[in-house]
Amino acid sequence: MTRRNLESLIDLGGQIVERARKAGADMAEVSVREGDHLSVKVRKGEAELVEEAGSRSVGLRVMRGQQVAVTYTSDLSEAGIARFVEDAIELAALSQPDPFAGPPDPSLLSKRSEHRDLDTYDETMSKIGAGDAIKLAKEGEDAAFAYDKRITNSEGATFTRAAGASALVTSGGFQGVVDGTYASLVVSPVADDADGKKRSGHHWAARRKMHELESPKSVGEEAARRTIAKLGAQKVDTQEVAVIFDPDAARSLLGLLAGCISGGSIWRRSSYLLDRENTEVASKLVTVVDDPLLVGAPGSRSFDGEGLLSRRNVVVENGILKTYLMDTYSAKKLNKASTASASRGSSGGVSIGTTNFVLQPGTMSPEELLKSTPRALYVTDMMGMGFNAVTGDFSRGAAGYWVENGEKKFPVSEVTISLNLDQILKRIDAVASDLDMRTSVASPTIRVSAMTLAGR
Amino acid sequence: MSTRYSAPFGPQGSSPIDAQTAHKLLSLALSRGGDYADLFYEYNASGSYAYDEGILKAAGRAVTMGLGVRVMKGDATGYAYVEELTSESMQKAALTAAQIAASGGTPTPVGLQSRTLPKRYSVELLSLDVRGEDKRALLERADKAARAADPRVTRVDASIAEEIREILIASSDGKFVHDVQPLIRFGIRVIVEEEGKRQSGSSGGGGRFGMEYFDAKSPEWHAAEAVRGAVSMLDAREAPAGEMEVVLAPGDSGILLHEAVGHGLEADFNRKKTSNYTDSIGKNVASELCTVVDDARIQSSRGTINVDDEGNEPECATLIENGTLRGYMHDRHSADFFKVTPSGNGRRESFRSHPMPRMTNTLLLPGPHDPEEIVRSVKRGVFARKFGGGQVDISNGDFVFSLTESYLIEDGKITAPLKGVNLIGNGPDVMRKVVMLGTDMETSDGIWTCGKDGQSVPVGVGCPTIKISAVTVGGTQMGQG
Repeated sequence: MTRRNLESLIDLGGQIVERARKAGADMAEVSVREGDHLSVKVRKGEAELVEEAGSRSVGLRVMRGQQVAVTYTSDLSEAGIARFVEDAIELAALSQPDPFAGPPDPSLLSKRSEHRDLDTYDETMSKIGAGDAIKLAKEGEDAAFAYDKRITNSEGATFTRAAGASALVTSGGFQGVVDGTYASLVVSPVADDADGKKRSGHHWAARRKMHELESPKSVGEEAARRTIAKLGAQKVDTQEVAVIFDPDAARSLLGLLAGCISGGSIWRRSSYLLDRENTEVASKLVTVVDDPLLVGAPGSRSFDGEGLLSRRNVVVENGILKTYLMDTYSAKKLNKASTASASRGSSGGVSIGTTNFVLQPGTMSPEELLKSTPRALYVTDMMGMGFNAVTGDFSRGAAGYWVENGEKKFPVSEVTISLNLDQILKRIDAVASDLDMRTSVASPTIRVSAMTLAGR
Repeated sequence: MSTRYSAPFGPQGSSPIDAQTAHKLLSLALSRGGDYADLFYEYNASGSYAYDEGILKAAGRAVTMGLGVRVMKGDATGYAYVEELTSESMQKAALTAAQIAASGGTPTPVGLQSRTLPKRYSVELLSLDVRGEDKRALLERADKAARAADPRVTRVDASIAEEIREILIASSDGKFVHDVQPLIRFGIRVIVEEEGKRQSGSSGGGGRFGMEYFDAKSPEWHAAEAVRGAVSMLDAREAPAGEMEVVLAPGDSGILLHEAVGHGLEADFNRKKTSNYTDSIGKNVASELCTVVDDARIQSSRGTINVDDEGNEPECATLIENGTLRGYMHDRHSADFFKVTPSGNGRRESFRSHPMPRMTNTLLLPGPHDPEEIVRSVKRGVFARKFGGGQVDISNGDFVFSLTESYLIEDGKITAPLKGVNLIGNGPDVMRKVVMLGTDMETSDGIWTCGKDGQSVPVGVGCPTIKISAVTVGGTQMGQG
């Protein structure tokens, strides 16, 4: 597929805004999305799945007075659009006046000329056909099998390329459109362990540009390394011990923090970080930035879900909470200004979201971090959802390695790690330099000085 | 059928897909040499109502529609979908999926035969056809009831989500079926505050019902339950850490089954030999007290289906009988491989995804013990009452399961509430440690959604009171286990 005609998305959005206004909406915001993808899965050298499709949808938020409704449809036929607009007007009459509802002040809306090209689109990606994709996935899986004889099975290797565009047009006069591409490769080998258990591991790479994607061989070998490393995993005794989180595990902690600094959870009084602005919420080593303006990163965007110009927000600086992330609604609720953190969901509604939410890397390499650790659980996988945002209580399943005198000794599984998130962040005593922007929420390796490990 | 929201492709739609049209598309799908092809038409209309701070803040509606075409050649699947149901785009999808098989003969699809399905969710009045004001009134009742229940309630959020999913399936082996699947879910969440302490509590339910759901469980009932949970957690203390006896309350604890054994018995993992239950049929995998079934027939349960997303009719599959593994849950592909009849577990999130073996309502059948006697038998342990969900590693059976409301058991009595905590265990190991099983069977009240490979489907779970002799409790309090 060739690069889309972005103006056509703006035009469609504009037409729907007009229709909604004519139908009786005082305010209308329309998002138009279009995308296509190719995904192939290879397992034990054979293509198992080839999937190819395109899709298009529109989302609408309207207000009549202070009453709000949201509709969405993928049925873009004349009848489908007519129903979708009619539904929105009808539902707006059902909802009740919300004094805080409303679009941003028009003077705050950004202009198309201000929208920077953040280099998120790779024109070469659409040239990858099903045959090429199978070859890439196969190379990745082959590399895992070749790496070690103990890799005996596979959950497969999947290569996906996707392209998409989205436009936002509002009755306040905003028009904006962005597009982007994304390619990923995941390899998931399986090894046989003693006592009939199996051990699965995986490694993956993802980038907006094809030429920046880690090679299939390297992804497959790392996946094999991670799988083999789990053989003979054992439970350890219940104890209080330091915990090292690898970048994937650390990223998931960072994701919990993102939820707790969202303006929505603050005004809903559903975050342990309520009333904590300008106080210490993490150790001095912790600086977290939400930066939509990074060039070519997964979460980059030049304007937010309500049309405000994107800006870099320092959320935590040297351990001090500097700001919550807010859209127009939560900013009004909290009597502050929006941080341009609105995210337009595919349903047409607005929520608060992070862009590139990154724990800033330190200077120590992950090897140095490990070497400097006398004793710890090194977590590579976490399981489950044991987190209470209201209190910060955290308890999750974990697997990884046991560390003794700066070295990985043996694999560990079937244990849990627990501590309140407030304490976890305050006890971070090392932040490594290994940041990889595979995902929009990203962290380097970190170490927490002590948590409760429950095991035997 | 909804009076307002119905699929254009359905028998009563504006442009119905008949057997002849479907047959032509299937022929096209097999034109490159595929062994098998199916068409999955889906229309989904959903509504949402969010009540917050004493008003209905937003109402929403969404409609999606499309066709997924699947072609299989050996173990390989070609898949394509379109959202525009014109002849041209449907044919294009059929040809795109066809390419998985780029050689070989061109088998002709069998003539399509439509069938009458069982009626496991006969809804008299679909909630989507009911005036929005009626649903707003239910939410208002929940909000009022929660605020009146306790002065410590500072916030209330209540919501209703409703959906109607209309599907039409045609396959090259002659299936031609149509089904309309309603789904409703009510939820309430409250925050209570006292002297600087804050806690949340929630309650929810639903299933394949229309408005009659609220006759059985009122908004007031859910409001009281949410407030009860939140208030009891205000005094929660740190949970213990380490291995101990655990008693699980009946109903939603079935999530443990779902994670500990359910996923491992989905036949795709066993076909690929990546599950820890591979080649285990006939072997002991649980204590003799345990009989586990996947039952798609329970009237109006959230996981109930008349037909799966491949056109097969599920019944009640026995997975484990008195501790012995009897069978897996199959989709068409795995049933072919194991040379058994498909169990009707081939489900998919939407027309955008290919089917996989999935659970419907997974149940651990009741045992011989008095539930009170089960609690009395525990010297020191944890009583688990409410759950946040779980996850499993299929390859080795390790699973977690988070408790959002639990209590200490001391000398056979339920005592102090405990902070949110995770349980972690190994599927077969924990199932062998089921030492007591209550007579008090309950099924979950329509809240669970199961995720696998990025696809979500609604499911049900059920079980009686369960006692596990040892499982790791992931609290922070050491040295008291």
